[in-house]
Amino acid sequence: MAPAREHDVAVIGGGLVGSAIAWGLARLGVRVAVLDEGDVAFRASRGNFALVWVQSKGLGMAPYAAWTKRSSDGWAGFAALLRDETGLDVAFQRPGGLHLCLSEAELATRHGFLMRLHNQPDMVPYAHEMLERRALETLLPEIGPEVVGASFCPLDGHCNSLRLLRALHTGMQRNGTTYLANHIVERIVPEAGGFRLETSGGAVRAGKIVLAAGNGNARLAPMVGLAAPVRPQRGQIIATERVQPFLNHPITTIRQTDEGSILIGDSVEEAGFDDAVGLGVVSTMADRAVRMLPLLGRLNVVRSWAALRVMTQDGFPIYDQSASCPGAFMTTCHSGVTLAANHALVLAPMLRDTALPAELAPFSAKRFDVPAAA
Amino acid sequence: MFRRLPDPAAAGVTISVDGTPVAARAGDSVAAALLAAGIVVCRTTPVGEAPRGPYCMMGVCFDCLVAIDGMASRQACLVRVRAGMRVETQHGKRRAAP
Repeated sequence: MAPAREHDVAVIGGGLVGSAIAWGLARLGVRVAVLDEGDVAFRASRGNFALVWVQSKGLGMAPYAAWTKRSSDGWAGFAALLRDETGLDVAFQRPGGLHLCLSEAELATRHGFLMRLHNQPDMVPYAHEMLERRALETLLPEIGPEVVGASFCPLDGHCNSLRLLRALHTGMQRNGTTYLANHIVERIVPEAGGFRLETSGGAVRAGKIVLAAGNGNARLAPMVGLAAPVRPQRGQIIATERVQPFLNHPITTIRQTDEGSILIGDSVEEAGFDDAVGLGVVSTMADRAVRMLPLLGRLNVVRSWAALRVMTQDGFPIYDQSASCPGAFMTTCHSGVTLAANHALVLAPMLRDTALPAELAPFSAKRFDVPAAA
Repeated sequence: MFRRLPDPAAAGVTISVDGTPVAARAGDSVAAALLAAGIVVCRTTPVGEAPRGPYCMMGVCFDCLVAIDGMASRQACLVRVRAGMRVETQHGKRRAAP
């Protein structure tokens, strides 16, 4: 058995959420260990669509819209810091994003949804607009005849999320973080001055712990008096061959990567812990994509894959701290790319302190503790 | 680099490669015809622009991509030559065009 190690903070989970927090903490001089699973882990960080997205987030929880906008506003500086520290360019761009509608009914539904979102009490204000087909054509001349309009938000962007994960890992290790692969946490034992983590790779001791294990948080949270009601939600993605840049704005379901591939994504399925690709879903995704941008029909598909989102009942993140085990924190969300800037530069300094500030109170899992209807 | 086996029964077929007539034989794959004509680089890669040519000759490696009769990124080893066929080599990223 490996010797126990001493760390200020142990972050459980080495995906985008865990590594953003670890990088942020390590930059502040905190001694961090990241406990990760191995190559076979369900890892949304390697299967996501890489949007840094604002429009449409937060209907039902205005603080989530504000939190999302804050991360989007911080992303350019975050990307610049990562590049300065690691030499890796995560290809962040913020040209404004589109949600295309293929019928008048879809356009009306989208308009109504955004009106309800922005009419909420305490909603953070930001620019967004509905575009008729003619205005949309000036942004996106390649649209197909069925496209009737779109919603547009200038804050939306995207990045290279695989390089983001690599940059965070490079950066956190340069700042002294200990990365421990194949350390699956089996038990968490509170002890004097911190926690002992019993893992498949041996025991690790740390003063504080941050649960950032995605769907694994559901199993880990009760060990420290927390609750993580999350479930896997499958999303599928199609990737085409690389082509010359033409798609200047990311669309909710279609974007062109910095290296030229077209990604088609954003499907939603309840399938448990099953990350198999299904032909029915990808054919529907491909059909809608070709109706939106007919020239995609001439491209070769080179890959498709599925990954599992980490989803709560209401779709919003959980940021929480344990009352019974002080020093135990939890983070879980399905937007590890969009929220990476906040996790690294806003949340990490909060975790260094003793307790989460009141502004994160709306994100506590206590919001799910409501009596069942009689 | 490549030499044909003698096969007196095979009929001659002419295709064009980047506008230049190239002699092939009926039954050749486009990739075989390119190699027999001494054309070993048929594309450059989309990101690094490194040269690539037919390699596996059986549809697996995807290194022999060329445009055939206007359709880009066809696998040259999986398409047989036809009289008058237009083959174009590819350079870097192709264009997405209707």
